[in-house]
Amino acid sequence: MEFTNALSIATPELIVVIGAMVLLLVGAYGGDKARPAISLLSGLVLIGAAVASATGPLGQAFMGAFVNDSLAVFAKVAIYLASAVAILLGHGWMIRNNQARFEYPILILLAAAGMSMMASAGDLISLYVGIELQSLALYVLAAFNRDDAKGSEAGLKYFVLGALSSGLLLYGASLIYGFAGSMAFDDIAAAAAGAHGTSLIFGLVFLLCGLAFKISAAPFHMWTPDVYEGAPTPAVAFFAAAPKLAALVLIARTLGEGFHVIEDQWRQVILALAVLSFCVGAFGGLMQKNIQRLLAYSSIANMGYALLAIAAGTTVGVKAMLVFMVLYMVDVTGFFACLLALSRGGRPITQISDLAGLKQDRPGTAIVLTMLSLSVLGMPPFAGFWAKVYVFGAAIQGGLWIFAALGLAASVVAAFYYLRLIKLMWFDPSPGLTDPAPRDAQWVAYAAAAFSFPLVLFALGWLDGFAGTAARALGLG
Amino acid sequence: MIAAIAFYVLAAVSVFAALRVVLASNPVHSVLWLITAFFSAAGLFVLMGAEFLAMLLVVVYVGAVAVLFLFVVMMLDVDFVKLREGFTRYMPFGAVVACILLVEMILISAAVAARGAGAHAPGVQHATDVTNVEAIGRVLYTDYVYIFQAAGLVLLVAMIGAIVLTLRHRPHVKRQDIHTQVTRDRKKALAMTRPETGAGVRPEDLV
Repeated sequence: MEFTNALSIATPELIVVIGAMVLLLVGAYGGDKARPAISLLSGLVLIGAAVASATGPLGQAFMGAFVNDSLAVFAKVAIYLASAVAILLGHGWMIRNNQARFEYPILILLAAAGMSMMASAGDLISLYVGIELQSLALYVLAAFNRDDAKGSEAGLKYFVLGALSSGLLLYGASLIYGFAGSMAFDDIAAAAAGAHGTSLIFGLVFLLCGLAFKISAAPFHMWTPDVYEGAPTPAVAFFAAAPKLAALVLIARTLGEGFHVIEDQWRQVILALAVLSFCVGAFGGLMQKNIQRLLAYSSIANMGYALLAIAAGTTVGVKAMLVFMVLYMVDVTGFFACLLALSRGGRPITQISDLAGLKQDRPGTAIVLTMLSLSVLGMPPFAGFWAKVYVFGAAIQGGLWIFAALGLAASVVAAFYYLRLIKLMWFDPSPGLTDPAPRDAQWVAYAAAAFSFPLVLFALGWLDGFAGTAARALGLG
Repeated sequence: MIAAIAFYVLAAVSVFAALRVVLASNPVHSVLWLITAFFSAAGLFVLMGAEFLAMLLVVVYVGAVAVLFLFVVMMLDVDFVKLREGFTRYMPFGAVVACILLVEMILISAAVAARGAGAHAPGVQHATDVTNVEAIGRVLYTDYVYIFQAAGLVLLVAMIGAIVLTLRHRPHVKRQDIHTQVTRDRKKALAMTRPETGAGVRPEDLV
């Protein structure tokens, strides 16, 4: 009885995992002919899982290792939908670039399963296994184009640094276990309230280092530009969205459930990570020539803002992080969809200078890129502006106004490179005509732009309500 | 008394061996030191009363993983001179970082020990009436079934990854296909040629 109950709570994960395994068999026996069907079915599996998690029962299962509260549900729906978009974007791109293999959607499915394990991790073991499941699938996706030297380099760098960060994380987890005597977040919270509060910080610092690696927060960001540059573009579009949300939710849950008693101590760590991230992101991006490297620095900076919201340590802060991440995920997916839609002479556009004069032959894409750039830099009335309003509002409410001011200054610096993109597209001469755009990527880009303005104004009311319910699940002040 | 001596000897050996794993410039020596570290860790497990884990460590890590490492390392084309090049350059910085970490750990451990924090932590419950294997078996597939299955998935991803990244279908590789092999006849398999002296026959010319 208890076991059936546990399985019903974990239905979305079961759908994703069983779907992945069945489709793996279909792919192994069906070969290349089955590829379109596998992509389509993987997308459907993810959408089914999103529906199942939105409507499924809440509760704890497997001795508290698996927590399905409203925060987990919010994160899972966003993760599954973002993963489905990544499959859609990847399918066409892989065929056009002769890299199509049926494992791509299956690895995304397994990564999504890992991410939802992260979103509902209730103890340190499920935290670690979830991270490992997700990361391992992402390492393979990064090196997916194995004949490309840059792709292999990206995969290897991601793997070696990721393994190092897992080592740090495990070391921290074992220290925490040693001091608290338990791996469940509830017991850790009880231990933190007792005499071992200070000793737990020791393990927590290592744990946070490992987690910061996964969200590419500075100073653990070194792998990000190389991986973004070398990995296949649709895979990068996936890396930049769902895994970051999963890891941030995991950080919020670990800190909020396990360590809220020693909030003053971890806040310093998170603030240091946040400030370094948005400074490195803003200044590092200035010198970039490759668009994907630029987007890597942009994502580092945005992780800084998300961490700033978590540092507030309040329900409002977690809510701000969730709203920020959803709006950012839409923006960044749209950005990458534009990149996937652009090619010149059969080669994907990689350099920023290749965007020059885009308005002449691709006015639609130029408008979309302009809107998304303005949105990411935080110009009203686009989505990115509202995202930053939430984050800075939460930070100021939490008494972190100095850090909010620093963040604002960093986003002014970062505005330079988005404005340079816009200037290049609209005012510089074009080096030549671009190829006709594939429809799938173009529609995703249009949809993202339409969301960033004006749809966001309508969606924000809903999102605010859902994120508020989700954030209250942690029971912070 | 003997247990205490055994603990300190095993602990000292494992720390020393772990250091040598990192510091040895010859990767083969590193792996051999790693095996030593595993062995002494297994000894520590035995002292704690976890015989099954000790056995697993020896069988799985020493028997399989470390030997596999050894094979891989021996097949690598390692240039020992080049390996040592960076060492002196990075050593001062690495030593500084290591010293800072060590001092911090000692300080914190001392502070924690002074307040007697470790004494309050609930220790591992010793069930005296069951064996190690039974104790693990009781929880592995019940309390930890979720983690157990998830770990299986992690291995599945590793397998898919290995296949995606390394499997290539090369056109000239001859694979076993029993049906075609058995139904082959003389006409398909034999070709008569009259090569010039000293020129030989290339297999491509025959097909």
